[in-house]
Parts: sequence; C-alpha cells; structure tokens
Amino acid sequence: MSAKAHRVGMEVSIAVSHAVQLARAEAIAAYPITPQTHIVEHLSSMVANGDLEAEFVNVESEHSAMSACIGMCAAGARTFTATSSQGLALMNEILFITSAMRLPIVMAVANRALSGPLSIWNDHGDIMAARDIGWIQVFVENGQEAFDHTVMAFKIAEDHRVILPTIINMDGFILTHVVEALEMLDQETVDKFLPDYHPRFYLDPKNPVTMGAFAMPELYTEVKMAHQVALTESYNQILKVWEEWGKITGRNYRPVEHYRTEGAKTLLLMMGSLAQVAEVAVDEMRENGESVGLVKPRLWRPFPFNDLREAVADAELVIVCDRALSLGGAAGPVLAEVRSALYPLAKKPAVIGYTVGLGGRDVQPEAFKEIVRLAQAEAATGPSEEYFLFGVRS
Amino acid sequence: MEKFGYAQSQKFDTYASRLMPRKEFFTSGHRSCQGCGEALAVRWVCKAIGEDAIIAHATGCMEIVSSGMPQTAWMHPWIHVAFENTSAVASGIEAALKVLSRKGKLKGKMPAVVAMGGDGGTTDIGLQSLSGAMERGHNFTYVCWDNEAYMNTGIQRSSSTPYGAMTTTSPPGKLSIGQHTQKKNMVAIAVAHGIPYVATANPSYLFDLYFKIRKAIETPGPAYIHVLSVCPTGWRSATDLSVRLGRLAVETGVFPLYEVENGRYHLTVEVPKLRPVTDYMKPQGRFRHLRGKELDFIQRHTQAQYELLLDKCGASYPEFPMIPPPEEGQE
Amino acid sequence: MSKPWDQVTWQEIEVGGVLTEPGTARNYNTGDWRSQHPVWTKTRCIKCGICWTVCPEAGISEEPDGYFDMNKYCKGCGICAKECVTGCISMVPEEE
Repeated sequence: MSAKAHRVGMEVSIAVSHAVQLARAEAIAAYPITPQTHIVEHLSSMVANGDLEAEFVNVESEHSAMSACIGMCAAGARTFTATSSQGLALMNEILFITSAMRLPIVMAVANRALSGPLSIWNDHGDIMAARDIGWIQVFVENGQEAFDHTVMAFKIAEDHRVILPTIINMDGFILTHVVEALEMLDQETVDKFLPDYHPRFYLDPKNPVTMGAFAMPELYTEVKMAHQVALTESYNQILKVWEEWGKITGRNYRPVEHYRTEGAKTLLLMMGSLAQVAEVAVDEMRENGESVGLVKPRLWRPFPFNDLREAVADAELVIVCDRALSLGGAAGPVLAEVRSALYPLAKKPAVIGYTVGLGGRDVQPEAFKEIVRLAQAEAATGPSEEYFLFGVRS
Repeated sequence: MEKFGYAQSQKFDTYASRLMPRKEFFTSGHRSCQGCGEALAVRWVCKAIGEDAIIAHATGCMEIVSSGMPQTAWMHPWIHVAFENTSAVASGIEAALKVLSRKGKLKGKMPAVVAMGGDGGTTDIGLQSLSGAMERGHNFTYVCWDNEAYMNTGIQRSSSTPYGAMTTTSPPGKLSIGQHTQKKNMVAIAVAHGIPYVATANPSYLFDLYFKIRKAIETPGPAYIHVLSVCPTGWRSATDLSVRLGRLAVETGVFPLYEVENGRYHLTVEVPKLRPVTDYMKPQGRFRHLRGKELDFIQRHTQAQYELLLDKCGASYPEFPMIPPPEEGQE
Repeated sequence: MSKPWDQVTWQEIEVGGVLTEPGTARNYNTGDWRSQHPVWTKTRCIKCGICWTVCPEAGISEEPDGYFDMNKYCKGCGICAKECVTGCISMVPEEE
C-alpha cells in the first residue's frame, strides 16, 4: 500500500477526471452528453485554471470528438475523451478506424441506454453495440476501480507491445454520479508508474509517414489479422500492468473476479456495478444455505476465455444477467458470448440468461434471489424461451 | 532556387514557370485519370505548403489514387481517417501541436496544418466538421478540391454540382434538366464564419493559386481555399483541355478568382469583359443536353452573380469581420 | 514492401498499416496507360517550362540542356501540347 495515497470522498466522475489529470493527458476532444458531462466539465475547468497542461477542444459532435482525438494522438499527444449512448453510437464508424490505425486513445464510457425510446439512464446497450470495434474494453463496478483503471488504461494502451485504444466502461449515473470513498494516488507515484507517451509513429515533417492508406482485397485480411493478434495478445500486457498496480496499491485485479464462488453450484454472472447489488443477494442466499456465488468478468475485450472457463468449471448452472438486449437474437450479448466460450468444453454448466435493469430500471437484491429461483426451475426442465426479460410488466 | 523567396509570400514582378520549386511533394505514379485537373492542383498546393506541413485528407479521388497500400504518392506526413471528418482530424492535430510545443516536446518549428477534401467531403458530408473547426479558430488551412460531383464513386451529384449539369444521380431526362439546384456557395459560408482569409483558386492560374496558398498558410487562424478542379472524366471533356477549361471558367465569370481578407473582397484576376458561358460549357459533355432556355438562364445567373461579387469588392464595409478579443489569462 | 502485394504476410505489415516510406507511388509505372505521347520540336521550344508546370503527373522533366522532355510516368493526356505557348509539342500515337 502506497504511503502517499490519500482517502477522499468524491463523485466518481470527478475521480475519473483526476485520474486523467494525474496521467498527464495532453489533449482532450469532447462533446457533452448525459451522464458523461461531469467528467469533461471538470477536465475543462482544470485546463482553464492551468491545473492540467492540455488542449481541450470543444468539438461540435461526438463523431468529430473521436476524429479530433485521432488527429491528436497521431500528432503525438496523450489523448482522452468520454462519451455515452448516442455519442458512442454516432462515433461508431470512427471507433473501428481508431483501433485499426493503432492509436492508443483512452475513453471513458458512462454506459447509458440507446434510443429509442430516448433514455438518459444506465444500461449496457451502448457498449454492447460496439463489441467489434477492436478496442481493449474493461468494466468497473465502483469508484476506486473507475479511478484505477483510467490511470492504468494509458499505460496499457501506449505500451509498444499493445498500441491499442482502450475503453473503461462505468455505469452512467449509478456509478458516475455517486459520491464514494476512494484512495487517490499522488502525482509522483503516477509519474513513476506512467512514463511519457512515446508513439511508435507520429505525424512529423522530418519523418513523413502515410496513415490510413486503403487496402485491396489482397491485403485487407492480413491487416485485420495483425490487429486481431495484437488485441488477443494484449491480454498478457494487461495482466502485467494490473500486477504492477497491485504492488503499488495493494489492489489486485483479475480478468474475471470471483465472489464467494467456492463450491457454488449456481453462479450469477454480470458486469459493472450491478454486481455490487448481486453481492448483497449472494450474501443473503449463502446465509440461507444456498450454494450460490457470483462471477464478475472485468476484462471484456480481449475476451478472457480461459479465466471464464476456470471460474465456472465447478458450477452446474450459470445465470448470466445482461444489462442489454440483443433484439431478435440471442437475448443478452454477455449470455451469447459466455455460451459460446463454454461450448467447446466437454463438461460445461447449463447457462440461462436474464436481461435486467434496462433503461436505468432499479435492480434490488430481491430481484437476484427471484432470478436464481426462476433460473433453477428453467434449468430443471430445459429453458422454455430463447430470452427472458426480467421484471417486465405485462 | 527553392531556398529563396518561394517559402515567403514576396511579391515578384515576373512569374516564370521554370523558377518555381522543383521538388515534387505529390509524386508521379499516382493513379488519377489522364488529364486530371485535381491532381495538377494537388501537385502545386503541396509544393506551396512547403516541407513543414502535415496534411489531413478526406476520402475521395485524391485519397484513393494516392494511397493504395503499399504505395503512397505523398511526401508529407499524411493522414486519412474518413470522409466527413477531415477538419476535425486537422483540429486535433493542431491542438496536439500546440500542447506539445508548450511542453517543449516539439522539435523544430511548428508545422502548418492543412486539411484537404473534395467538394462532397466539404460542402456536403464534411460541412459540420469544417464549420466547427472554423468556429473554434484553429490555425489551419482547408483546401477544397471542387470537381463538382462525387467523382470517385462514379460521378454522382453533390451540392457543388452546377445547375444543369448531368451526373448519374441528376441525369437529364424527360422530366429533368439534370442538376436543378445552384452550386452551394461554400466561400460565402466560410466568410460568414468570420475567418481571416478565404479565396477561390484554380490551377490554370498557377501563380495565383500558389501565392494564395502561401498567404493562407501564413495567416494565423483558419483559412479556406476553394479550388476548381477540372475533371475530364466526370465533365465529359477532352483530357487535354483541363487547363484551358479552368481558364474559361474564369474568363466567363463562372468561377471568378477572388480573395476575402477579414471580410473585404477583391478580385485577384480581373476580367474586364466576360466571355459567354457557352464558351466554357460547350466543350463539356455534361452540359450537352441543355437547350436555349436553360443556357439563357445560366448566362443571366452567372452575369448577376458576377455583378454581385463586383459590388462586394467595392463595398465600404467588411462582411462578418472578426475583431480580436483581449488576451486571455488573469494576471 | 518489395514483395508482390498478394504474397505479403500479416507479420510483414507495419503496425496500423502505416506506410513508413514517402513517395513509393513512384514504383508504379503509369506510362503503361498512355496511347499517345508528347514530342518536342526543339527548334521552336523557348524553354519557358510551362509544359512542366501543367503536367498533372509531374511527367515532364528538365534535361541538362534546359529543354524539357516526358519521363516514364506520362499518361498521354495532352495538356502540355495544348498549353505550350509556341505550339512546339505534338501528341504522337504510341507504337504498338
């Protein structure tokens, strides 16, 4: 545990801005959208007061935000932005380009439901519509993690063995707008952890390069293979950075977190701050003698296949709780990916999925107890539906 | 000769072709069509911007013909991202250069930032990001290659396509004369943003183009240059007429060459008596279907627009002038 | 990349598909396209250099004696012949 950390009570958005400030981000291009606004407002204020030596560009749309970030990063500056929901959807075309061009931009996504209907409240619909963008993606469940992973994201992204943009997903309002107690590091510790950004390539008249050339069919596949390998192998570097952070702060992160999974026959599985509510339910069910545990994937891309398979190896039933709905398809995105990851195993648990908490609907611990009961019944007879939307009034 | 004078906007009494800078910044081997007026413009603009520059380029003809992996015709540091966001990318580059310079990380002098895009990527899909970049006052130059349609995708109309022109999405037919709207006045839009320097240019008037680019680069803040790019493929004209047609565009008043400095207009190439527009339109197959009624209208419209422009040149007040505010920072 | 494109492996591609060497388009011979090429009548050439300025390909180069001639990239568009002040350039069909 670092002696130079200090404990504060702070709104999580503001903690994220402080993480960006400590990471000495140099260029920020952002467009306002609820509920990411507090992050960029605070950064803007830091720049205006000279507390952060950076250029803050108030772009005219999120599409331009990510485009400007590309320009900033390509010119050699450490770059950050934040968005949610419609903003993430609007910049969608550029997100694929950012990662293909291997520009290590860090972005905080304050997860919010996608229109329609319009909703400013939390669910994972926005980021689930961006699974294939080729970025590293993590989910955090509380303020401390939001702070920690934002600082670490720069180190992971900029490593010359990785060079990939990174998203930190944090639940909008539910996480971004709550005041939590957390440990903030000091500048000296972060400076030692995170050196200056040294790009592999940047736009420089003394060494002119061409970025963004197009590829004929003869080359496209090979370029994508290089990207795929980089993303899947970034796993190794991600774990190294998390390990280093653990030595500095005493907080050790894993690609898939376990909560009271020892000997559990039934496992709940979910990402983000919903897991904190589920923990309360798991505690209560355990007290009741039920064999229930909780698995919390933290690393979403690259998908941690082995960590997931290990986490559920001894369970009979895995209940995936998605905070998103894949309309007309395999219900929840996380459900689909978990089932797919487990499919090649000879021995695997039953997997049932529930979509919960769409559009910011509150989910209480009671809900998880009910979900466990329902899922166990479904598992006994084989699932009666392709999808389950929990808590819908009909 | 490259060392003397051509990197600064000195005035010369004689312009001699063979004394212009020899180094090619847009190299041979690019795959534009034969006789491409746009490629000619790019070749000279790249020379004019000089070595210390970074280019952000939109998707379009020039991007495609010059940057097919693994080859590139660009000698400058160059980045292409997407179709509609060149100005946003350029804004980001400019901002990064500013902060890197403040932090002492920039080696050598600050490079110029130049954004380039076709008419589609500027007046249509790129209008939002261009407007944002101009409003924010970034120190960059935007060059629009106007070949008056979406040529790269097969000659579809854009908002820059002139009235009556045939394109594949504004084809003449029993119910249509071709493009039925007027060319969007992108120069006026740029002027309305209150930026310090806006100009039209044309590779057929090479020195005018060259020195306007130099002026744009050296003017602090946003600058916008609209370059007429003759396209023999899309305009259905002979490949050897590309420079001649560019000249005719100016001599008929269809594409006057002028500058707007802090809202004050003046012509840079004066044409005391305009030639009839048909001189310009006849060699182009895209206007071949037009009849007397339309040609008459185009002649009257061109004449009226030219007179309006002359009025503006004689105006006693600037349009949308920007008065610089006091220095920021509290003491 | 000096290998033919369709033999390049994924490991040989630079990170992000960045092209690290400027001006490699020069490896592509656009001269293969032309069906006609310019010929200068030197007795009428005044060495003004206008032909050199108007070539979209940079397909005209200055000779040591100050005259100009096409280089291998010429696509045969004919702009030089059209713009020549003295009319000393004629376009001649390529031999087949």
